[in-house]
Amino acid sequence: MQLNDKASIRRALAAATCTLLGSASQASHAEGSDEKWRVDTSVLYYSEQDRVTVVEPVVFLRKATGEDSFINFRLIYDTMSGASANGATATNTAQTFTSPSGTSTYTTPANQTPLHKFTDQRIALAVEWDKPYDRLSRTIYGINASTENDYRSIGASATRLRDYNDKLTTLTLGFSGSYENVMPIGGAPVPMQLMSTIVAPPPGGGGEDDGGGESGKTKLVADAIVGITQVLTRRTLTQLNYSLGYSTGYLTDPYKVVSVVDTTGATVDYRFESRPDTRLRQSLYWKTAYHFDHDVVHFSYRYFWDDWGIRAHTVDLHYRMELWKGIYLQPHMRYGTQSAASFYTHSLLDTGPLPAYASADYRLGELTTTSYGLKLGIPVGRSSEINLRVESITQSGNGHPADAIGIQQNYDLFPTINSTVAQITYTGRF
Amino acid sequence: MTLRSALLSLAVLALPLLQACTLEPVQPWDRDLLAEDKMQLVPDPVENFIDEHIYFSKEGASGGQGIGGGGCGCN
Repeated sequence: MQLNDKASIRRALAAATCTLLGSASQASHAEGSDEKWRVDTSVLYYSEQDRVTVVEPVVFLRKATGEDSFINFRLIYDTMSGASANGATATNTAQTFTSPSGTSTYTTPANQTPLHKFTDQRIALAVEWDKPYDRLSRTIYGINASTENDYRSIGASATRLRDYNDKLTTLTLGFSGSYENVMPIGGAPVPMQLMSTIVAPPPGGGGEDDGGGESGKTKLVADAIVGITQVLTRRTLTQLNYSLGYSTGYLTDPYKVVSVVDTTGATVDYRFESRPDTRLRQSLYWKTAYHFDHDVVHFSYRYFWDDWGIRAHTVDLHYRMELWKGIYLQPHMRYGTQSAASFYTHSLLDTGPLPAYASADYRLGELTTTSYGLKLGIPVGRSSEINLRVESITQSGNGHPADAIGIQQNYDLFPTINSTVAQITYTGRF
Repeated sequence: MTLRSALLSLAVLALPLLQACTLEPVQPWDRDLLAEDKMQLVPDPVENFIDEHIYFSKEGASGGQGIGGGGCGCN
């Protein structure tokens, strides 16, 4: 690219100082900042083997509204169907689970990991205003909302980015907050309640299986981020962020249970899970992009920790290989490992003390996630592109923990989850 | 992780940035490569957004890149 006009210089300057906040805020700083419209349309297919399938169309729309001013729209529509693990472990008998309202049950055959079937739809909409604040800084204001059958969320964010050091350095400060409403299908369970103590409502007495109503629970989520983005060399851009997040309210998953076992390891009952009603999350995130003669590599590392006891390391690598006439191939590798939350347990002993909190949600357990992907990008016209990608994601944990007792030792208490992602995206600039 | 080890990690990660102060400043006319779409920190916003969403729903850890992504009942 030759810097042969003022616009090119402005674009280059802007690009060199860009900082990511949100997914669309940086796009304007790239080559196409003179464009009036940018449209990203995509369809995602996500499938977990024997579990959930998600189809998700996505539209991102970016419109230039003035000199370096933009408005961004994001529209996401999810359809989910299938099943997810309810937290109970496999055992040698069929297992029947009752909803908290007592109005519905489902049964898992013996020797199988219990899965809770569900279908859901989610619509999410976000709008961002991205505009200069003064000569060296810009602000991004955003609002977002989403709705599902059993969940609603509404939120807002504000971010300030300021350039320093001849626009080689950008500092970022951002805040966001959201109000979320959980309306469990089948009612919100009493934390740690034994499932065997649920009393079915009298016939005609009505239930809560349609969610909402008095069973609705709320939570508040607040996040803050400070970051620095630095041009290191003509080929190297790096970013370091510190994030702090706080959640308060109903943080329990209403569909998760914990198996209660006797001293032989046989399942005798279930307790609805219970999580603390606050969570403090922190992370350090470092990302670097490096430009070879033609190829580009992106590498990131995140260290995450929270007051639930989770410590997580995640590395991510994208390598974009330029092939021919703008066509590229991009391998992707991601590796994440996390320790378990302090209250994670695969089961509870019926004669043991009753803890204040307990969850068998595998996502709070000791977990390793490994992903491999490949993307093919094909230019269309002067500044548009179609790309296709596939990813394979494997999540595994310790299926035979040392504290498994009796017949539990015969079962995989942490089945490996294999997922496939396929996505096609069209990006157009006008 | 203790506060001390967190600060130590921050210092180690920040070293390249501090080192940048000693590097030759990149002049505006040398920022051509940095201006390319593929050199943005997030070259593909939709892919990034979707991956954030997927891993938010599958892991206990989340965030780090930005804020204001929107809520989800998936986790």
